[in-house]
Amino acid sequence: MEKILEVKNLAKSFDDKEVHRDVSFSLYQGETLGLLGHSGTGKSVLLRSLIGLEQIDSGQIIYRDRRIDDLSEKELYPVRTKISYSFQSGALFDSISVFENIAYPLFEHTKLGEKEVAEKVRELLKIVNLEATEDLMPSDLSGGMQKRVGLARSLALDPDILLYDEPTAGLDPQNIEKIIDLINRCRAKGFSGILVTHDIPVARRVCDRLVIINDGQVHFTGTVQEFNTSEDDFVKTFLLNERAL
Amino acid sequence: MTIANLKENLVVTGEITLMFRDFLVACVTRPFYWGRLFEQIIHLGVGSLSITVVIGFVTGLLMTLQFGYGLATFGGTLYVPGIVSVSILRSLAPIFTSLLIAGRIGSGIAAEIGAMNVTQQVDAIRALGTSPMRVLVVPRMLAAIISLPLLATLSAFMGIIGGVIIAYLEFNMPVGFYVNKVLGFLHFSDVFGSMLKCAVFAVIISLLACYKGFKTTEGTKGVGEATTWVVVRTSIIILISDFFLSKILLLMFA
Repeated sequence: MEKILEVKNLAKSFDDKEVHRDVSFSLYQGETLGLLGHSGTGKSVLLRSLIGLEQIDSGQIIYRDRRIDDLSEKELYPVRTKISYSFQSGALFDSISVFENIAYPLFEHTKLGEKEVAEKVRELLKIVNLEATEDLMPSDLSGGMQKRVGLARSLALDPDILLYDEPTAGLDPQNIEKIIDLINRCRAKGFSGILVTHDIPVARRVCDRLVIINDGQVHFTGTVQEFNTSEDDFVKTFLLNERAL
Repeated sequence: MTIANLKENLVVTGEITLMFRDFLVACVTRPFYWGRLFEQIIHLGVGSLSITVVIGFVTGLLMTLQFGYGLATFGGTLYVPGIVSVSILRSLAPIFTSLLIAGRIGSGIAAEIGAMNVTQQVDAIRALGTSPMRVLVVPRMLAAIISLPLLATLSAFMGIIGGVIIAYLEFNMPVGFYVNKVLGFLHFSDVFGSMLKCAVFAVIISLLACYKGFKTTEGTKGVGEATTWVVVRTSIIILISDFFLSKILLLMFA
């Protein structure tokens, strides 16, 4: 499989607090990679760093054989149309409708006319099973629906890589199932993805490989099967903690 | 002021200066969001029309009343039209309108961008490959720069009308006489100076409001603090800079 994204020796600190000391991993074409770790290990910071929403202190981020960690904000704009970020809260623009939220990247980055944009938005809403919501405002939607609209928006430009930040956090089981189904459908369509989650059962169901971050570095990398059968003490404790929850 | 405070203020000043530089660059490069600019002109400018008219009119009424009776003691009622119109146009209208806009619009911009920041909407703009500077800042700042001078001029005009009415009702001064005196006292440089000052105040208000919005953290508490910060800072800066701008304009046109 082709390596689509590579993180090499990434380090990141906030003032005196070291978040990442030495993080390295790769993402291959078509796979979904799970980023796991205890709270405060900087999983979301890592995800944000991948598209330059956070500036890293050292290390390299390589997307399709091109370093992107040293690009300016302006140079990152085209990269961000290829590596799409789905926020934990959905981060929908609350002053415009669901339709306008999803249409936003299409109007910004494509030459599609209004009719084609409308068709594309309806198609995306169908993918996330929210066909009848295009005229609603984000405040009219539940948390789960907002996340799904956020996912639809991040799918709008047919990105290479989807970054999911805690897509199931705070949702009821029914909505979790819908999100899992959605991510799996994205996988089936060939999207590569990185999923940050606390939820190990969700990670098992949607990820091909898992990376566990601990103490500022990658502690474990392997397939879900390798994760389940790992003899590593930390991984075992991690699994035990999860079962206790 | 401690060394730490001084350092913090220097950092803030530096960041605001860089933001202004980015604003200037964004104004002359693509993409430019005309639709958002018109939207903001309607919101900031047209939305402030009624209150500006009221404030200008009442200022004119009060100034004419006070100067009329004050100068009548010395037989100087004839100078009321000139003094009132010059005071209103050169200082009162720009100051009152700018303070009003600082309270109404400055706090609104800080709250709006601040709320967007704490709910990750600003990050979403960046993550979708677009620039918060172009999407959020440029339309608001340009709308303020366009709207505020026009609002202040309207306010001054309403103040003069207020003066005409009170001069007629209280001092039996004919309307034609009042208007002639006003036109005799005022020069184009007064209108230009007033508009120029307002454009500078508009930059101060909108720049500080946008800056503070982007710096907002700590949820709703942070949004509240940001709005207070903007109103207090911009009011003080407007009052101080009015003095210096007035001095410069007097040197230029006197």
